Amino acid sequence: MTKTYRIEVDCAACALKMENAARKTDGVAGANVNFMTQKMSVDFAEGCDHRHVMESVRRNCKRAESDCEVYLS
Amino acid sequence: MSRKQKRMLVRIISSAIFMVILALVPVTGLVRLALYLAVYLLIGGDILLKAARNIVHGQVFDECFLMAIATVGAMAIAIWDRSGDYTEAVAVMLFYQTGELFQAIAVGRSRKNISALMDIRPDWANIEKDGQIVQVSPEEVAVGSEIIVRAGEKVPIDGVVTEGSTTLDTSALTGESLPREVTVGDDIISGCINMTGLVRIRTTRDFGQSTVSRILDLVENASSRKSRSEDFIARFARVYTPAVCLGALALAVLPPLARMIMGLNPVWHDWIYRALTFLVISCPCALVISIPLGFFAGIGGASKAGILVKGSNYLEGLSKVDTVVFDKTGTLTRGVFEVQGIHHSSMPEERLLELAALAESASNHPISKSLRKAYGHSVDIDRVRDIEEIGGNGVTAVVDGHAVACGNERLMKRLGISCIGCRSVGTIIHVAVDGEYAGHIVISDVVKDNSRKAVDELKNAGVSDIVMLTGDSGPVARDVASRLGITSVHSGLLPADKVDRVEALLHERKKGKLLAFVGDGINDAPVLSRSDIGIAMGAMGSDAAIEAADVVIMDDDPLRIPLAMRISRKCMSIVYQNIVFAIGVKLICLLLGALGVANMWLAIFADVGVMVLAVMNATRALFVNRL
Repeated sequence: MTKTYRIEVDCAACALKMENAARKTDGVAGANVNFMTQKMSVDFAEGCDHRHVMESVRRNCKRAESDCEVYLS
Repeated sequence: MSRKQKRMLVRIISSAIFMVILALVPVTGLVRLALYLAVYLLIGGDILLKAARNIVHGQVFDECFLMAIATVGAMAIAIWDRSGDYTEAVAVMLFYQTGELFQAIAVGRSRKNISALMDIRPDWANIEKDGQIVQVSPEEVAVGSEIIVRAGEKVPIDGVVTEGSTTLDTSALTGESLPREVTVGDDIISGCINMTGLVRIRTTRDFGQSTVSRILDLVENASSRKSRSEDFIARFARVYTPAVCLGALALAVLPPLARMIMGLNPVWHDWIYRALTFLVISCPCALVISIPLGFFAGIGGASKAGILVKGSNYLEGLSKVDTVVFDKTGTLTRGVFEVQGIHHSSMPEERLLELAALAESASNHPISKSLRKAYGHSVDIDRVRDIEEIGGNGVTAVVDGHAVACGNERLMKRLGISCIGCRSVGTIIHVAVDGEYAGHIVISDVVKDNSRKAVDELKNAGVSDIVMLTGDSGPVARDVASRLGITSVHSGLLPADKVDRVEALLHERKKGKLLAFVGDGINDAPVLSRSDIGIAMGAMGSDAAIEAADVVIMDDDPLRIPLAMRISRKCMSIVYQNIVFAIGVKLICLLLGALGVANMWLAIFADVGVMVLAVMNATRALFVNRL
């Protein structure tokens, strides 16, 4: 399952960092951050609760790049 | 400017003012240091904080860290030397922040400009409620409800016109500037702009399934498929920053040590300063920002021209195409039969056509339809009687009291009428009146006006192989091909054969070159997905094509294919310019910094300047009108 989330990030390098952080999160099969459209699409692994996973994605992104935001709704 | 950016601007301006005041006020010693430190923290405090936080999180090498080290280092040198020259550290931080702000604004602005160009999203739909027209959000409109679109409004949802007629501007979808007329019963596609009259539309899809939503979805997700150049930059940035840091460390330590061994003054302070300059230059911003922006602009520009590219990898691929395989029907030809000529007619040609059209009036065969279309007048059924359709042969009927037979050679043989063969390629319809041969009508599929030009332009663009595949018979295929200047033709193919042909061609293509297949997307899906780049044409409203193809051409003009290749090449040359320019300037600055020619000021200017120029260059990919 893939879902797209709105994000806020200031620079392309930071977007790359967010992407890597999201990819390393448990329950994420694949992630793609689009700096230009300010969107993140996350491909969830089978049988994961996407809300739960996104919480940790958000936390990991914040850790990698303090100046970013992932809107979960 | 966002609130964050405004806050930054205030910080920049106030610290700049403080710096000027400090330069004028003659304070010395610790007071001077304290005042400069205050300004330094005002402008760069967040950077120091962020660098510290990143180190805690195990992410050492990023630009905050580099800037922190460089400026703290410069500060330390100034304290060590007791020179009281703290300006440099503060100034570098000030310029860095200004550059960052400028970059955020410039990128944000081009991002918005590009998005605005692609903004075909309708904001509302009008529905009638108790005799009043109310605006509702398009998502709320159910399939089968009636919406009203006034002049000047966007059509929000796909549907069928139930009342009124108007002219539509489809340029946002197709890039085609010619307006399109619609009237009651016609399909209408969302995203068009209603130019003249009010129409009522019965929706046939919900908003999410409508053309406009699908296209927006496609364009917005396009840049998520990354091209090889983007991957290269991402990898480059990962190696580059640590490499420059190590370089800086080596520069700070090795030369002074070497000098010490050689018995010279090590001048530590000089070399450390050079190393710090190194760090300032090392931010890879210009690269990381301008390459994706270039692709984004390229995709935006292409979609303005009615060409949807599903990812930067395909935009990159288009520039490497040297084999183009065309499907014939519906791609190079219109897929509609038209009367090409009337030969050996024993009566005026119009009269022959009239008799044939009347005789065929009851038939629904595409050939009959094309005869009626060529006749051009409405058919008066009362003039025709005793219509008899003989399957696989033709039609006999009595028209205006004359016995008319219309059909192929077999029909003529059956009626015992000798007919004259035809050398033209196409479907031949022989006509006999009252038992006498009266001539024949040639009908064939029509080549699109621009097909020949498109083939020529592709050849000029360096496409070495142009191949045509068709399910049609050999003579028809060869005729079309020779008129278009295509030398390689494979005819009589079933859909599965087309896949085999394309696979064979894929094996033959040169290394580093790609094969593009162009089809109308309806029964070509397997071939579209098998080829390197599948291009679907005339796809407006066809879901199958949008799904299967990598590049979707919204209208059915074959000239858009060479145009797409030109857009792709322009975009790629901009991307390469930016890569070479940004890396080149950085390397030169690194060299100058190592030699001690460039100081920190120059370094920071180089960094910001390259970034701004690269972003401006990237935006150029958006302009595709004069290609």
